[in-house]
Amino acid sequence: MIQANSDAIIRMFHVHKRYGNKFALKDVTLEISKNDFLFVTGRSGAGKTTLLKLLYLGEPVTEGQVLIDGMNLSRIGQGRIPVLRRKFGIIFQDYKLILTKTVYENVALVLEAAGRKPRLIDKKVRSVLRTVGMEDRMNALPQSLSGGEQQRVAVARAAVGDPKIILADEPTGSLDEEAAEVIMTFLDDFHARGSTVIVATHDKKLLERRNSRVVQLRDGQLWSDELH
Amino acid sequence: MKRFFKRAINDLRENQFLAAITVVTIALSILIASAFALFFINAGELLTQWQKGIRMMVYLKPDVSEAARLDTKFRIQGVAGVQEATYISKEEAMERLKGQMPHHSALLENLKENPLPDAFEVTLEAAARDSVQLQFLSERIQALEPVEEVEYGQQWIQRFSSVINLFSIAGYGIGALFFMATVFIVANTIRLVLYSRRDEIEIMRLVGATDRFIKIPFYLEGMIQGALGTTIGLVALYIGYFSLSSHFQPSLASGLLTLRFFPVLVCVSIVAGGTVVGWLGCWISLKQFMK
Ligand SMILES: Nc1ncnc2c1ncn2[C@@H]1O[C@H](COP(=O)(O)OP(=O)(O)OP(=O)(O)O)[C@@H](O)[C@H]1O
Ligand SMILES: [Mg+2]
Repeated sequence: MIQANSDAIIRMFHVHKRYGNKFALKDVTLEISKNDFLFVTGRSGAGKTTLLKLLYLGEPVTEGQVLIDGMNLSRIGQGRIPVLRRKFGIIFQDYKLILTKTVYENVALVLEAAGRKPRLIDKKVRSVLRTVGMEDRMNALPQSLSGGEQQRVAVARAAVGDPKIILADEPTGSLDEEAAEVIMTFLDDFHARGSTVIVATHDKKLLERRNSRVVQLRDGQLWSDELH
Repeated sequence: MKRFFKRAINDLRENQFLAAITVVTIALSILIASAFALFFINAGELLTQWQKGIRMMVYLKPDVSEAARLDTKFRIQGVAGVQEATYISKEEAMERLKGQMPHHSALLENLKENPLPDAFEVTLEAAARDSVQLQFLSERIQALEPVEEVEYGQQWIQRFSSVINLFSIAGYGIGALFFMATVFIVANTIRLVLYSRRDEIEIMRLVGATDRFIKIPFYLEGMIQGALGTTIGLVALYIGYFSLSSHFQPSLASGLLTLRFFPVLVCVSIVAGGTVVGWLGCWISLKQFMK
């Protein structure tokens, strides 16, 4: 994999992450180019989720530097964190949908928070819900949806703001093969439209079928980085 | 802003129970605090009404000639602040005394000589009815040659108004306490709301919402609750006041004493104050919650 430096949208330099006394990541150096499709794999506890968190400042690094699209995360002030987060569309391992809000409201929130015009919001939210096939459930509350449906809503929310980078943490974790394939198709679509996509997974099957870059973590260390 | 309002209203609906508790709490403290205030306003009113009835008695030295007496009357009436000076001869005074003490009239009959002095009863203009003015006036009248002594309910008025003053200082203290208690309670209920919605707040932050975006609806909620609670408290107070005054009014109809409610402007400011309380409570809990 050839990486021209100017193309990198994400750079991690000698990043360490410690929770208390326990290292979750050790000396990780990684560059990710614009419009990459990258898998982060490794056993449970290897540090996949932690690595993603460091990118959107879900956690601060213990040591090292992270640069996202020109922003040095160790130098940005509190006030710029929302700006950073809007560069990402994040599909969380546990979905993180707001349970008291409808599907529509959950997705619309991203655009409202970004201060978009109400008419544009409505159009955009409907269109993205249509894409993931959840338009007819848009007034449902998350709890009344199946896991696969909630996952699709999470995908819609991640995509609605046209983010530069999509982070997906175990996006197919609890889904059957078919549902998982649907989600992967969406991610492929975003990739095709120019987004950088990073998927954390331990699902070997997901890796087999495509030509992507695969980064493997083992006990918090970068073990391998290869093109499948 | 309209959207923030919508969100605030939605949030209040979703958290009806906590919102209701907050509103009721505010209503209760406003009810109690403004009941106190109302009491002091009416007590103060009572004081001024009593002050309206203040008279000054000017006692003359014995054996003042008719001419000197007339002259004195004019001089007293010439003093700024005096409304009217009415002459009361010592015989007249004796008759009044007898009227006031019917059981002892026999005792009074037995007096060989009328011990009472001639006097003027002086009524005062409104502006002269506070204790400083009274003092000043009495000194000027005292200075007149035929005047022996000037008497007015000085001590009594002063004591009463200092009691009222003391009460109103206590009233301010109580008001301040209630203000703080309300802010504290609002802060706590809003903290409960924040706590119950921490996942939602965390998610909003994760999808790139600014603190401003997250906080504004909470502020609006606090202010709406404050305004609503205060309004309810005031309405409850008015109902109480109304039933009380319609109960007492017949006996007060003599005009000596009239109860009154807060003027509209004061009501409006109390509601505005409640809104500020809501805002302040919100500010405190948000400051703690959002580190
Ligand atoms: N908030 C936290 N506090 C303390 N330790 C944590 C925290 N989050 C993660 N860890 C620890 O850091 C290590 C890496 O966790 P991480 O969640 O990144 O693993 P993962 O690769 O995502 O695992 P999984 O495949 O199970 O999701 C684990 O040992 C975990 O126990
Ligand atoms: Mg994980």
